[in-house]
Order: sequence, then C-alpha cells, then structure tokens
Amino acid sequence: MTILLFLLAVSLLIAALGLAAFLWSLKTGQYDDLDGAANRILFDDD
Amino acid sequence: MGGPDKPGQDGLKGGTLDRPLPSVSAETACAHCSLPAPAGKRFCCPGCEAAYGIIQGLGLGRYYQQRLLDISARALRPEPAERWDLARHVTTRPDGGFELTLAVDGLQCGACVWLIESVLAKQPDILAGRVNMTTRRLHLAWRGVPADADGLVAVIEALGYRLVPFDMTALNAARDQKGRMLLRCLAVAGFAACNVMLMSVAIWAGESGIIGPATVALLHWVSALIAMPAVAYAGRPFFGSAFAALRQGRTNMDVPISIGVLLVTGVSLVQTIQRGPDTYFDSAVTLLFFLLIGRVLDHRARGRARATAEQLLTLRMTDVAVLEPDGTVRRRGQEQVAEGDRILVASGERIGVDGVVESGAASLDASLVTGESLPVAAEPGAPVFAGSLNLGATLTVRATATGGSTLLAECVRLIEAAETRRGRFVVLTDRVARRYAPTVHVCALGTFLWWFFVAGVPAGQALLTATSVLIITCPCALALAVPAVQVIATGRLFRGGMLLKSPTALERLADVDTVVFDKTGTLTEPLLALAECRDAEALAEAAAMAACSRHPLARSLVSAAGRVAPASDVTEHPGQGLSRMTEAGEIRLGSRAFCGGFDDAAAGPELWLSRPGLPPVRFGFDERLRADAVQTVDRLRAMGLKLALLSGDRPAQVARIAGALGIEDWRPGCSPVDKVALIEAMGAEGRRVLMVGDGLNDSPALAAASVSASPSTAADVSQTVADLVFQGAKLGPVALAMRTARRSRSVMRQNLMLSIGYNVLVVPLAVCGWVTPWLAAAAMSGSSLLVMANSLRLHGRTDA
Repeated sequence: MTILLFLLAVSLLIAALGLAAFLWSLKTGQYDDLDGAANRILFDDD
Repeated sequence: MGGPDKPGQDGLKGGTLDRPLPSVSAETACAHCSLPAPAGKRFCCPGCEAAYGIIQGLGLGRYYQQRLLDISARALRPEPAERWDLARHVTTRPDGGFELTLAVDGLQCGACVWLIESVLAKQPDILAGRVNMTTRRLHLAWRGVPADADGLVAVIEALGYRLVPFDMTALNAARDQKGRMLLRCLAVAGFAACNVMLMSVAIWAGESGIIGPATVALLHWVSALIAMPAVAYAGRPFFGSAFAALRQGRTNMDVPISIGVLLVTGVSLVQTIQRGPDTYFDSAVTLLFFLLIGRVLDHRARGRARATAEQLLTLRMTDVAVLEPDGTVRRRGQEQVAEGDRILVASGERIGVDGVVESGAASLDASLVTGESLPVAAEPGAPVFAGSLNLGATLTVRATATGGSTLLAECVRLIEAAETRRGRFVVLTDRVARRYAPTVHVCALGTFLWWFFVAGVPAGQALLTATSVLIITCPCALALAVPAVQVIATGRLFRGGMLLKSPTALERLADVDTVVFDKTGTLTEPLLALAECRDAEALAEAAAMAACSRHPLARSLVSAAGRVAPASDVTEHPGQGLSRMTEAGEIRLGSRAFCGGFDDAAAGPELWLSRPGLPPVRFGFDERLRADAVQTVDRLRAMGLKLALLSGDRPAQVARIAGALGIEDWRPGCSPVDKVALIEAMGAEGRRVLMVGDGLNDSPALAAASVSASPSTAADVSQTVADLVFQGAKLGPVALAMRTARRSRSVMRQNLMLSIGYNVLVVPLAVCGWVTPWLAAAAMSGSSLLVMANSLRLHGRTDA
C-alpha cells in the first residue's frame, strides 16, 4: 500500500501545479482583456 | 465584433459611427474613412488627410488591409478634439516613468487596437501603450515629463479616436479586486473539490470491504488536510457577507450556507479524529465550488454592463477652460471652479457650470438640461446651465453657482430625497432565506434532540444525523436558483442593448404595472426629422454645408440627406447660420431672417437655404418618434401595463405624440417637481412604476419610480440614477427588458419551488438517519443541476 502514498502525493502535486498556474495567470492580468486576446492572434507582427 | 447592432458601439458618440455605411465607388470614396469625398479629391476632409498622412508616414499602411477583417469597421473621421488638463490624471510610476489611463471611444475591431498600439510604439520614450478591448481603455506609460501625455494623446486623436482621461475611482478598483478574489476562491474550491472527491469515491468504493480501516483513515486525513484550508480560503465571500448580515440583525442566504459549511467541516473533522466511518468534506467543498461558480458568473455579467455604462459617462465628462485674471486660459476640473470665475466655452463644447453669459453670442443645445429639443439663443446677460452644448461661437461665461447651488445639485438633492423614500428593496432570495434558515435549523435541532433524548443514541451519532439534515437541506440549489437566472437574463439583455446596472432591477422590473415615459429624447429621436422639403437638389446642397456644423438642425439635415461630402470654405455665423462663397455669389443656410425667407405662415423649427438667383427654400423639421416606438408601446400595453406620458413640452406637441402612440394618460408642461409628485401619487395608489426618461429634468422622477430606465444618449445624472440604460436608436430594449424580467421571475420561482420541493422529499430520509455521504453528494449535485438546467430554458427562448 506504500504505492498509494506515492500516488496520492504525485496526484496532489500535479493538481497543485495546475492551481498555481491558474493563480499566476490571474495575477498577471491574463484574464483582463478576453476580447482583445481573441483579436490579437490575428496580428502578424506582435 | 463590430456589427451595427452590437451594444457598446452604436450608442457611443464621437467619430462618425452614426452615419450610414457608404457603398460608393473607390474614385469618390475618401482614402481614409471611405465616406464620399468631393469630386476629384482623395479625402473628404483635412482631418482624414492628416490621419492618412500619419498612418502612411509611420509605415502602417497595412491598417487599411487589416481592418478588412471586419467589413463593417471603418476608419473614423477625425473631429476637433476637446482639450484636457491631462496632467491632473497622470501618475508617477515607481521606476520614474509616468502613466495615464484613458477611455477610448471609437474602437471597432482588432485593427483599431493594432493601429493605436503600433502608432504608440513608434513614439519616442514610450514604455507601454496597451489597449484593453474589453473595457475600452488605453494604458499609457512613458519616460520624460508628465506633459508628454498631450503629445501622445494628440497623435491618437488625430486618427479619429476620442480619448478621455479615466479616473480610477476607488469603487472601480474595489470591484475589480472583488472579481479577482472570487476567481481565486473558485480556483481553490475547484482544486479541493476534485481532489477530495477523488478520495471520497475511493472510500465509497471501499465500503464493500476492499480497503482496510487504516487506509480509510488515511484517506479521511488527506481529505481533511485539503478541505479545511480550502474551506477557510474559499468560504470567505460567504462568511464575510453572513457575518455582516448577522451583525445588522438580519439574515441572508449566506447565513445558512456558512453555518452549514462550517458545521459539516467541523463534524467531519471530529469524525476523522475519532476514526468514524463517514466524513462529509466532499460535500462542503463541492458546495462552495458550485456556489462560487454562480457568484463569479453573476459578478462578470454585471461588471461588464456597469463598465460599459461607466465608459459612457466618462466620455461625457468635461474639463472647464477658466480665464485667469492675467488673461491666460487654464483647464481645470469642474470641482475646482469658483463662483465669479470667467469661463471660456468653445464651439462644440459642453458648459461645465451654471452661469451668466458675459460676452459672445451663440445658440445653446440645452436638451439634456431642460428637455427642450430646439437650441436657445444665448446673449450677454442670459443665464446658462451646466450640461448645455455650445453650438455657435466661443462664449465667455461668468460662473454664478458652484457646488450645492447649481441646477444640477438641486436635481441631485431631489434625487436623494426620492431615493430615501423608495425604501430598501428585499431581494427574493433574502426573503426566502428569512423563512428557510430558521426552518432548516429548527429541523436539524429537532433531529438531534429526538435521536439523543428519545432514541437514546450517543451524542456524536445524534450530531452526525443532525448534520446530515443540514447537508441535505444545504441551500445549494436555492442559492443557485436566482443567480443562475440573473446571469442568463443579464447576458440576454446585454446583447439586446440593455445594460442592467442594479442587481435588484430585474426583480423590481417584474413587479411593474405602470410605465411612465418622458417625451423628448425618449419616445422621440434625439435628432429632429426633416418633415418638409420640396427640392431634392437644394437638400443635397444644403446638407453639404450643414455637414460642417454641429447645430442639431444641421445634423438632422445631414442625416436626412444620407451620404454627403461636406462643402469647403463654410463660415459659421453664430445664432444665424452658415454661408459659403461661390463664383455665382453667396449661398446661405440658416434662420429665416438670415436667408431672407418670406413668411409662408409655416410654424415649427425650420432652416432656410438662399442661393444666388433662386428663391429661398424652406426645410421644415418635426419631432420624430423612435422607429419602433409604436410597436414597443403596443407590446407593453399587450403585457397589461398601464402607460402614461409626462412631458415638460407644450400641450400641442405632447398631444400629437400621445395620440400617435395611443397613450391616453398624458400631461404637458410638467416641471421636475410635478413629475416626482405624480409618480409618488401613483406609488401611493400601490402602483409599481417604471420611469423611462432621459433629461436632467427627469432624473428626480427616475429616482422616485420603483425602477427606471434611460437611453444612453441621456444626461449623465439620469444615467447614474437609472437602473437600466439602453443603447442605440430603438426603444425596443424596454419591452425586451420587461418581458425578460417577467420570464426571469417565473423561472426563479420555479427554481425555488424545485429546490424546496427537493428538500421536502429528502429531509425525512436525513431525519431518519438513512443518508450516507455519497447519497448527500448525489442529492446536492442532482438538485443543483436540475436548477441550472431549468434556468437555461430562459436562454433558449430568443423570440423577444
């Protein structure tokens, strides 16, 4: 059953990474301008 | 983006968005804005030529291809810009640079964003120039001196966009932070819900004996370690609101939520420590997760509507040009003007203070203040009011009233008085919560007492059963019932051009039984319509000259003529008209006296055109109903609403409009005080009134009514007071809002019945102690999904 401890830790770690990534993207303002982001992908140069 | 009926665009003033789409051949179209250009020229006006020069000069000619991504988007025709005291709004950055946030008017599609950012990137010393397309704001940062802002702003304004400095008010910043906090809570709750549920499924699967008690204990402990910090973090929005309500001796939906979540977590923790069989950590965090989804959506929908309304208001804000004793002119904020100051009001500028004209003569468009649709003449000695638009030459005005004594402040006082009388409206969920929370808590307490004293089980066991009652009755579905409907309704109204500003407006709107309209600018179009014109050729000639003026009649003439290229060399004679020299002689467009018109006994607003060698031609104007006013009024009547028309205008005009719409209850010549009195009299009869109005003179009445709506062309104060703001040239959004509100109310009621009925069914199971953690989880999710699915039905019906 020690494998269980290992798997629990790994799955929690991965999920925590996802959470941290989301909180980071929120903090850096990536959700502030959803309309703009949709249009910016059409610009060639920036 | 960019369809002509998209909210957030067609209601905005500035640029030339309100002109019809041109379909002229390339030879006659302006190379910049595609509107017709005078024959043989590449540009329709010097502004376009300058804008084209800037764009080509910076090597950004690709803009003209870029904007083809959206066929309805056109370059704006630059118009004379207002001057701002930008330095007041500039802030210093920690790295020594400066920054400024501005509201941008005229953004149509991605190409505009590209153009603005590319132009800014080529300016010297620029650190950042980024447009936020969602909030329509431009953020500028640069090195150097604060005054550089003027140059940066001027270059964008030369392209035809209007920029207005944006004060990041405390309120605005707080709301943004709240949105982020909710999102962070949602993320944490989601993380916890997924992982705890993972453990729980393993535990439930192990109930058949596959896993041993030690492993179950381990899984319980891991669940507890994830759930407890998550509840503490993600529960804050609910705990805070519940605590605030309890401290005021009230109760709201957050009270049972908070009690439920905390009690469930506490009991589960005790169970974990005592190595009991059942814990409910999964229920606690999943509940928070579901509820937070509702909160986040709700916040987003309303935040967006309110941001658009704020944008509209910011674009109207004006600085005041104060003439200092030493003869220099300084621009100051309205609040910094003292009584006795002399103010310069340029042509096309809105007057910022109440005052008396000292020198100059012009006509003023006072429609926002008085509701009068025709311009009034302002001569030395005449009183003028804040909010009037100068249509003629530059005026010098001496400020007579500032602060609390302006007409504006008078209206604000009336509004405040009316709003206090309106009283506090209790939202549906809070009304339900008032009865629901005590019932549930008594039920849980009864369960505990019965099991402990009558059935004689140990206290821990009895407490667990009582907790399962709380979980089963946890108002998850109940708390989603109303927000889910509100999110969908707000989104629908937003797409229909109606901005919902107040969270309770939808519920108040559903109770309305009487609709009171103002006439000018509400039922009728803001511009007068050309009613009489006998000569199409004269119309084209007159419109070409009129295109150079901001006088309302001139603008009406232009919109009646359709596509016209503005004439060159037009001189404006304040209060009289326009003139233009040609080889044959002088052409004049203006008042009867100015053009030598003969008296043909025709009444009403008019313009005359005199040409050398030809008799003067008369253009008669009339108020025109909004295109769908009759339809909308009929629809409202069909909904069983009583209609009334209160106007400050003359009886004949009001009678004509009332007759055309079939409104029987109408009153002309109402002052703002009369309107408030009439609306309050209706309220005293027990009627719920929806007031639709636009002028400053309507704003007290808007506040006095139980719910209010304003067009986005309305006075600033009216828009601030109104619960709903509708955009575009149509009145239809009012009917749409009424219909949506009524449907929303019925769906909300169904949702509440569904979730209460659900509880009534499962509570007996919980009281009997038959509920296990997995049953609780399934019941909770099931009822929430049911409520969400029912709310989505509102989304499907698009026939309004």
